[in-house]
Amino acid sequence: MSAVETQTGGSGQPTWDGRPVRSYHGQPVLKEPIWTWEIPFYFFTGGVAGASAGLAELAGLRGNEVLARRSWAIATAGIVASPVFLISDLGRPARFLNMLRVFKVTSPMSVGSWILSGSGVSTTVAAVHAWTGALPAIAKVGRPAAALFGLPLSSYTAALIANTAVPAWHQARRPLPFLFASGAALSAGAAAAIATPPEYAAPARRLALGGAVCELGAGLVTERAVDQHGRAYRSGVAGKLSWASRALIAAGGAMMATRGERSRRAAASSGLLLLGGALAARWYVFKAGVQSASDPASVIGPQRAAIERGERRGAARR
Amino acid sequence: MTLDVRAWPATYGDESQPRIGFFTDTSICIGCKACEVACKEWNQIPMSMKGFTGNSYDNTIALGSSTWRHVAFVEQRVPAGIEDGTSLVHAAQRAEAIEGGVQTYQEGDGLRWLMASDVCKHCTDAACLEVCPTGALFRTEYGTVVVQEDVCNGCGYCVPACPFGVLDQREEDGRVWKCTLCYDRLKDGLEPACAKACPTDSIQFGELTDLRARAERRLQQLKQSGQENAQLYLADDSDGIGGAGAFFLLLDDPEVYGLPPDPVDTRRDLGSIWAAAGAAAAALGLGLAAAVFGGRR
Repeated sequence: MSAVETQTGGSGQPTWDGRPVRSYHGQPVLKEPIWTWEIPFYFFTGGVAGASAGLAELAGLRGNEVLARRSWAIATAGIVASPVFLISDLGRPARFLNMLRVFKVTSPMSVGSWILSGSGVSTTVAAVHAWTGALPAIAKVGRPAAALFGLPLSSYTAALIANTAVPAWHQARRPLPFLFASGAALSAGAAAAIATPPEYAAPARRLALGGAVCELGAGLVTERAVDQHGRAYRSGVAGKLSWASRALIAAGGAMMATRGERSRRAAASSGLLLLGGALAARWYVFKAGVQSASDPASVIGPQRAAIERGERRGAARR
Repeated sequence: MTLDVRAWPATYGDESQPRIGFFTDTSICIGCKACEVACKEWNQIPMSMKGFTGNSYDNTIALGSSTWRHVAFVEQRVPAGIEDGTSLVHAAQRAEAIEGGVQTYQEGDGLRWLMASDVCKHCTDAACLEVCPTGALFRTEYGTVVVQEDVCNGCGYCVPACPFGVLDQREEDGRVWKCTLCYDRLKDGLEPACAKACPTDSIQFGELTDLRARAERRLQQLKQSGQENAQLYLADDSDGIGGAGAFFLLLDDPEVYGLPPDPVDTRRDLGSIWAAAGAAAAALGLGLAAAVFGGRR
């Protein structure tokens, strides 16, 4: 270590693992994601749409038409809202069709654009058929297609944010898709439990409760996957949202498990709590990423530590 | 001069040109910011001044959508030149060297001033280009990475994908912008505006193979004159981005200049990312089946 002391212009010295991190005047290394509020909402609506299509198709196969029709309607609501959020977030909304110029597996956003397109068409067809009986021939293909498109639609958004240089997202690249898929299951189940009479909603409640348990578990794994015991997930706005999300999911889950079957009102209230918890979970993941990108220590600290441990050579040669 | 290393011949075939780039030798940067000005003028970039930072002479702050060259200023206290564990005798000898004008940067009264002109690295493995969903970012026949402004729809994916924080969105415009390595000038056989304007040749433009050989010689020269901390940054194909088109000779660790010490192209982990997303999708399918068929209707 050299005895060089850097003169910084006011901002405090960033630290990592309790040690000061050398940086350029305490400034960020990465750019903060420029995505606005629409994006975490899209993570939520895309998940609702994706898992609802699967729930609708399977409920229909089991002969529960009441649940199936409502889930198709919920899936359609989600799939209609999703592109609205996405296009509104673009810097040049009029150019949204440029998303379909190419297909690139190196870009989860490109893959996701095609998944969303396929899901949008097939889900709409399936919902129209479920409610009006029209388009029976196309719906025969559309229903299973919508259910299948819905699965990657629920998890690719996690791959999208994991495939960046943002520490809180990239380090959590393995658990994040499970967190998002759990949230999709939880919110699709909760939405269907709100919309469906309790005697037809048993599968929806099971889905919501199973999703809730997995969501809480995946959240803990995600934190542990990130350096310094998930500092980015536990501090600031992300920490508060994470706490709120867990409280809402725990409360909603307990209420749905105990009273969701007997009372429609309880099913609706607990469903709303669960939906709020799932939405807050998308927001805390989003905020954790923004926080870690703007923190120079979260970027430099782990990179320098890996070089000092001899695990990586780094990009400098003496 | 033989052009032995050509850029992406599999893509460009006969049109492929020698891979070109920048070697920025920060040891002879004088912080004049001529590169910043020349870049702004040639590329007609809007104003980006944000005010007075108090961070030495740097009021440009960082690279961004309207800042394609950024000169960093670092002031360091060097106690009597005894950093790096050198002896007092050695330090005294070096002080004589300073007075004799051998030192390549300003050092006196125990203060040293590091300056470095930063730019887009034009990575060999460029995450921005790989994640771009519209194909707006592309690899040119010179091996550089350029945004097509008539294609970019401002989705913003490249912004957090870049491990150097180079790309950003121009808010009033909606699209992302970055250094093109003066693609238009290259087409006319001219060197980029910043390199042309640099009065000390701290920014050197040329074919990458030549630049790397030159940088290696310069590194040895500096080490022999006592700069134990001198290091080449992004000049090696085995680093996390496969080496860069724009690389640097630094006099201290990269993070001191605001550069990440171990940048990695996120694509290197894309296999595990897609595997996890696929497994999560499959798990969701099983969960849905269990919920619908695993109990009463």
